[in-house]
Amino acid sequence: MGRYVLRRLLQALPLLFAISVASFAILKATPGGPLAAYEGNPDFTEQDRLRLEHAFGLDRPLPIQYLSWLGSFVTGDWGYGFASHQPVLMLIGERLPNTLMLMGTVFVVVPLLAIPIGVLTAVRQYSIFDHAVTGTTFTFLSTPTFWLGLLLIILFGLQLRWLPLGGVSTPGAPFDVVDRLRHLILPVATISLVQLGSHVRYLRASMLETIGQDYMRTARAKGLGERVVVLRHALKNAAIPLVTVIALDIPELFVGALVTEQIFGWPGMGRLFLDAAFRSDYPVLQGILAVSSTLIVLANLLADIAYGYLDPRIRFS
Amino acid sequence: MATESVAVPVATPLRAVERSQWQMAFERFRAHRPAVLGMFVLATLAVLSAAASIVSPYDPDKTQLLLIYEPPSIAHPFGTDDLGRDLATRILYGGRVSLSIGLLAVTVAVSIGTLVGVTAGYYGGWVDSLLMRFVDMMYSFPRLFLLILFGVFFKGMTIGVIVLVLGVLSWMTTSRLVRATFLSLKQREFVEAARCVGATDRRIIVRHILPNSLAPIIVAATLGVAAAIIAESTLSFLGLGIQPPTSSWGNMLNHATTDMDKAPWIAIFPGLFIFLAVVSINFIGDGLRDALDPRHIVRKSG
Repeated sequence: MGRYVLRRLLQALPLLFAISVASFAILKATPGGPLAAYEGNPDFTEQDRLRLEHAFGLDRPLPIQYLSWLGSFVTGDWGYGFASHQPVLMLIGERLPNTLMLMGTVFVVVPLLAIPIGVLTAVRQYSIFDHAVTGTTFTFLSTPTFWLGLLLIILFGLQLRWLPLGGVSTPGAPFDVVDRLRHLILPVATISLVQLGSHVRYLRASMLETIGQDYMRTARAKGLGERVVVLRHALKNAAIPLVTVIALDIPELFVGALVTEQIFGWPGMGRLFLDAAFRSDYPVLQGILAVSSTLIVLANLLADIAYGYLDPRIRFS
Repeated sequence: MATESVAVPVATPLRAVERSQWQMAFERFRAHRPAVLGMFVLATLAVLSAAASIVSPYDPDKTQLLLIYEPPSIAHPFGTDDLGRDLATRILYGGRVSLSIGLLAVTVAVSIGTLVGVTAGYYGGWVDSLLMRFVDMMYSFPRLFLLILFGVFFKGMTIGVIVLVLGVLSWMTTSRLVRATFLSLKQREFVEAARCVGATDRRIIVRHILPNSLAPIIVAATLGVAAAIIAESTLSFLGLGIQPPTSSWGNMLNHATTDMDKAPWIAIFPGLFIFLAVVSINFIGDGLRDALDPRHIVRKSG
């Protein structure tokens, strides 16, 4: 297991390197370069530009620039946002918890729902329940996240008035767990329903394949109860690939979070990214891209390790 | 010889119905009811959009300040928007934009993906490792984030730019599929035979191996159109894609977040058309998968 983890870690390194190069390239590709903030300032002469370029090391060879950039990036110096003049790391740090709360809830809710639903549809294949679920999941898979969010707001927020229209909590109200949870429901539902569709479909197919295996007949022949056969023998094997599917869906989770944060006025990293996009605030854009892609690589790494733990065959292939 | 006198019961001669692979696939596709329905809905949407100027009596960009946020009526079946423009008309014109972007972006993506997949799978070695690590990297970025970034670079996007950018960000699935076919087939006897009779690399790739990856490419491309339509509409919804006054199914929902309490129809109808198009395309993709890959059906019913 140790060797396997090490090998996976070593495979992640070139990926992280490539991501860092891409992030660096983004900053270099900025129209006007890193000194874009001074663009259009009449007092900013050609001499000033050359002097600043020399002071910031922008006249040095690209690989050197990359290394010095990487050095400060790793040590937490991510530069300052053009718009707010605050450190990028701080700006992201303020927003990241909100996004992680949203994504974390989805991450817990989706498997909790997907596993029982997926198992039931497979066990009762072609029943009314199965057809209903298959139809519903197909529908949600084809629904754009932002439209789903809008519909949920119209239905539960504006028409029925059951749930708040947006935000993290009621403005001005003291901290209240129930209030927080009520604000979480619609955004989480918006992201979850789409993800739920793909996971249920996957688990159903995987369960059906497992149920046809010989060892299932053996388990039944031994006289085991149907419950044990399905849960212990079938689900355990069928759910292993789900680990990978969940990990592969994480980029989608970030995208879902961005769209949902925008619709529900949720002060997370996604909205920060959008605001930065409208202001061409490259340091912030670059920082968020780096954070999210690093998180994605790490999540994939964890999923691979979990997979290796759950399925020993993987470790030795 | 006596055999001549044996009376052979004259049976109607068995007519061998000759059917090509594609004919059989077509028949399987026709039997897939949701796919046929999807085809019908999508074709209707495409025809109506293409004929928008004939179908609708309204100018999609004409603002009518006295008709702002009119609820749906007979004159305006889907109501009017924040500038009094007819929503139904704008949806049809938006359909031109959204549907063509979906189709064109996938064409770009499939071209790049095939090129990368062929190179990686046929030549193998370090070229393969390098290209596949690059694919891994492309998968580690959330696609919408990169789309937004390109939106910032280009300061709002035209149709051509969106098509290119979406294509450049969506080729990875195709490349993996094509690479897999090449890896599994390039050592097979028929390829060796072709090489023995002096076929060039180019001929082996194009005539002998590539046709085998056509089926998965077609399925992936179809589902890719749906994904591209969602991506474009999301980007335009956020305000970084197609810029008004040109309508796309996404940017028509721009004002929905602020004004849907007054006029819920502006949030409902454009989204409904995205949904209809995407669901139809996904059904078609499902049907094509069943039609082109018979093994898939066997596994499903097994």
